[in-house]
Amino acid sequence: MRIVVPVKFVPDIQSDRRFGAGGRVERTAADGTLNELDENAIEAALRLVEALGPEAQEASEVVVVTVGPAEADLALRKAYQLGAHRGIRVSDDALAGSDYFATAAVLAAAVRSVGDVDLVVTGMAALDGLGSVVPALLAADLGWPQLLLARRLDVSDGVASVTRELDGVTEELTAPLPVVVSVTDHVNTPRYPNFALIMAARTKEIEERSLADLGVDATTVGEAGARTRVLTAAPRPPREPAVVHVDKGEGGLALAAYLIDHRLV
Amino acid sequence: MSAPTPTVAVLLDTPATELRSPVKELLTIARSLGDVVAVALADPSERVVSEAAAHGAQRLVVVDPGADPALTPVAAEALAAVVREVDADVVLLNATFENKETAALVALLVEAGLVVDARPDGLVEGRLRTSKRVFAGTWDVVSEVVTERAVVTVRANTVVAEPVADPRALEVERLASTPSARATAASLVSRTVHPVSTGSRPALAEAAVVVAGGRGTLGDFAAVEDLADALGAAVGATRDAVDEGWVEHDTQIGQTGVTIAPRVYIGAGISGAPHHRGGMQASSTIITVNTDPEAPIIEISDLAVVGDLADVLPQAAAAVREHLAGRSR
Repeated sequence: MRIVVPVKFVPDIQSDRRFGAGGRVERTAADGTLNELDENAIEAALRLVEALGPEAQEASEVVVVTVGPAEADLALRKAYQLGAHRGIRVSDDALAGSDYFATAAVLAAAVRSVGDVDLVVTGMAALDGLGSVVPALLAADLGWPQLLLARRLDVSDGVASVTRELDGVTEELTAPLPVVVSVTDHVNTPRYPNFALIMAARTKEIEERSLADLGVDATTVGEAGARTRVLTAAPRPPREPAVVHVDKGEGGLALAAYLIDHRLV
Repeated sequence: MSAPTPTVAVLLDTPATELRSPVKELLTIARSLGDVVAVALADPSERVVSEAAAHGAQRLVVVDPGADPALTPVAAEALAAVVREVDADVVLLNATFENKETAALVALLVEAGLVVDARPDGLVEGRLRTSKRVFAGTWDVVSEVVTERAVVTVRANTVVAEPVADPRALEVERLASTPSARATAASLVSRTVHPVSTGSRPALAEAAVVVAGGRGTLGDFAAVEDLADALGAAVGATRDAVDEGWVEHDTQIGQTGVTIAPRVYIGAGISGAPHHRGGMQASSTIITVNTDPEAPIIEISDLAVVGDLADVLPQAAAAVREHLAGRSR
């Protein structure tokens, strides 16, 4: 079984996240990390492989793919620490400023270049943009069925089945492989890296691909191909400090008075 | 020479029952942008037809998707057929998880630009401008869609829904769509709808007031629910509280749960982990109740009551009920 997990290098949500030149999110090695929700996807992929018999496991691999600059290797190395077998970084100067559609198209080209892929497993969102739309677009670009927002994923006899959790709705879906699956943060608890994998991840090879390698026309991606453009990006003024009321037996009255005085009830 | 009036298509969720408040908001936004075409993927109820008209829809297109539109590629192909038929410039959808998938796939099909979870501000020289709050509410981003068509998902509580003074009687126009093989390649084995609102409480995603509880409730949500009921509010929770099994999954507020932007958010026993803050920081007024005066959520609060929620919430609920009873006398 060959599984591709697309991952993203994002600013840590605890860090001071900001926009830089051209309305692009600043991603630096100092406060960048593997998108936390991608760990659930890596874990789900590893568990599918580990559930196979020894011979099938031997013939299986989990390939992590990222689109980004050299710093994005940090995300791939974190994936290696968790147990991913191969890592591919797609880098090209023309990619800067890519929109959802270009990102999905490049990932689809990368999946095709890996070849003989049974599943693509993604996280439910990237915690910087929170668009949650790339998995659907990737499935469409590949021409594969989509099974998205899975809180349960099983694969047997060439069929994937998921429990899909929406707001107020639970669905059970199946689809024949190959398929694109996105998993929620409720699907599993990602493992901690073990020492041997941490050591090996430092020097493990990362394969690099350019747009030309993948046969993607550079004018269709990046700023040139983007269907949206950022006009302005500005930090909001900090909030006024909170009115702090220490409860001495009338804290509830203070809360109610605040609501009433501000005409909020 | 004046430009032709833009056409704005609005997807009506839940056409068989009644229009939910976020969809009325979409119609309100849509008529500020151009002529409004409401789109239903199933036969609308009479109530939905009249509510769509009341909020400014000028046309109503019902499209037979040819398969279950719970499969979002099927819904997207049906909606794309309408977009082409009416030559829509802008397509608006309520920002649910399933609608985000539909929006992305519609945009792919009609070669439109896509903006997720933003407020459409207007068309400037035929290009849609949107504004959006990102990074847990700390940055404002204004974007422009450079393609001829734009698809936008809009969060609940972005505007206040307003009916029009002179609604137009709607005639149902019908269209049929044939789903592609890929759209129906996945099979829907079962679909279970669990109520998004409990009893008389509003749905979390669209409530104007939300009372949320976290680890500090120690698993007892009675005080949270009681204050919510006094205020006519929805009940929310942190991921911790959901993972502990104290409350239903549907109540989870956060970047991976429901993202809310109510007029009033009241958080009790919630320290303010980044995931939770990312899902509620756009709330207009933030009130918190916490025993810890150093809780990170206080940084983003308007009013922070430092105290035990088991004391503070019931007292607040009683005072609110007394106030409301006094007002109705």
